[in-house]
Amino acid sequence: MSAKQQLINKIGLRLDGRRANELRRIRCKMGVFSQPDGSAYIEQGLTKVLAAVYGPHQTRNKQKAQHDACIINTQFSMAVFSTTDRKKRPRGDRKSIELSVLLQQALSAVIETDLYPFSQIDVYVEVLHADGGIYAACVNAATLAIIDAGIPIKEYICACTASLANDDVPMLDISHQEEILGGPTLTITALPMSEKIVLMEMSQRFHLDHLPKVLDKALEGCKDIKEILDEAVKDHVSKIGSATGWANASS
Amino acid sequence: MSQTIHIRTASQENRIRPLPSSQKNHRIFTPGEEVIKAAHTNFVRGHGTYEDDGDLKASVAGVKEQVNKLISVRPLKSRYNGQVGEVLVGRISEVQQKKWKVETNSRLDSLLQLSSVNLPGGELRRRSIEDQHMMRQYLQEGDLISAEVQSVFTDGTLSLHTRSLRYGKLGQGILVKVLPLLIKKCKIHFHNLPFGVSLILGNNGYVFIGPPINDKEGNEGGFVQNLEEVVPKETREAMARVRNCILALAKNFRMLFDTSIVFAYEESLKYNVHELLLPEAMVDVAVLTQQRLSMLENYESH
Repeated sequence: MSAKQQLINKIGLRLDGRRANELRRIRCKMGVFSQPDGSAYIEQGLTKVLAAVYGPHQTRNKQKAQHDACIINTQFSMAVFSTTDRKKRPRGDRKSIELSVLLQQALSAVIETDLYPFSQIDVYVEVLHADGGIYAACVNAATLAIIDAGIPIKEYICACTASLANDDVPMLDISHQEEILGGPTLTITALPMSEKIVLMEMSQRFHLDHLPKVLDKALEGCKDIKEILDEAVKDHVSKIGSATGWANASS
Repeated sequence: MSQTIHIRTASQENRIRPLPSSQKNHRIFTPGEEVIKAAHTNFVRGHGTYEDDGDLKASVAGVKEQVNKLISVRPLKSRYNGQVGEVLVGRISEVQQKKWKVETNSRLDSLLQLSSVNLPGGELRRRSIEDQHMMRQYLQEGDLISAEVQSVFTDGTLSLHTRSLRYGKLGQGILVKVLPLLIKKCKIHFHNLPFGVSLILGNNGYVFIGPPINDKEGNEGGFVQNLEEVVPKETREAMARVRNCILALAKNFRMLFDTSIVFAYEESLKYNVHELLLPEAMVDVAVLTQQRLSMLENYESH
């Protein structure tokens, strides 16, 4: 009996008591900082991520400025205390750089960059607690922060992980424990409304036959996440709106 | 030395609840949501929307605005979008040939042309080469100025002017940065508050608090900055109190204009200036201010 086969037990529950198609609890908050233009905090299970967005503002590097689009600058970092063994440096290692690039690619798929010539948008994400699905949480946090900053995007961009349990059952939103115990993890970044997949990444391989059902499951997860984020956004906007008396809305 | 240490638990106490009087029903659109279905083709696409297969969809989270056929969705929070005639407070970021670059919380740095400032010695005179060489003596990097939007270029850059005695370099005072949406658009953005503080509410969310301005003195409105003058302690205290009041209102997303700031100042008098930085005090001041404002509103509507 390998560890893989125990990921879902006989009564269909996972190690943390979820069913195969259940997400972990998502809690999010927008506008957590006052200094950046937009900011957000998201918790997916125990994974905790902060995101801050500055911009669009004048490019600091004159050579990089584009006359027809804005540049998106992302920085991924993990707090040194976010993992079980203390990390040496929060950013700049190979993994962080790779995730920064992936985040930048994902965001440039939705941000309407052509509206802001000669400008730059900075997105900073910081993982406070890593418990599986770090990249997914970062994308979701970045989406919220970008919406908070009032930057136009085509639609929500959500990311979700999925895996294959017991070599047969697709399961959603993989925790760190499940990541370790085996099973390939598929991370997708998708536009849940138009069902387009922006980015797809796998940690190990599995048989091609399994791909469609795992992919479907992950896409479903993205849609669920979108609903949760959407509710948070509406809540946040109506909170600010009613506090200001919708003063600028009716003019 | 004894010091009070404030300890509090996370609670709803220091969070503000919306007042029922300000509740109107506003439909909120979020990115990707359909604003208008394909059936209606009679519309013009505005800001914060995009077309997708004939549908008009929102690209930001906010409320819909319609002017005849023009449909736009305005986000509540965003960078400052300048309009001609608005008053700004900004900081010089660069001195270039014939112009200054000004950081004004907008998308791109704003421009202040040498030809659109009042130079000392004569209203109307040609700008000579000497003036260009002297530019850094008038305004240098880091200087704070008040100005008005003269025009908006096609790429969104703002062109400023200071061709009035009101505008120009700002001297001693405090700069507070708040969200641009919190500044109520008024006829007057320069205020001399009754408790001996002058206030500039920049439309870009930059608020400048300074000592009272004497009109008698013959305001040069130019490039003089008197840093020698010692501002009396009472004035400084009042300025600090105004700053904390503005922060309290801004933190609770209350609109900033002269009346709200005067009310907040009066309500804050029961606290020491430094106590106003506690979250409870901030909420208290904001709620009391809001109540007085709504009372005033009710009184005026009857």
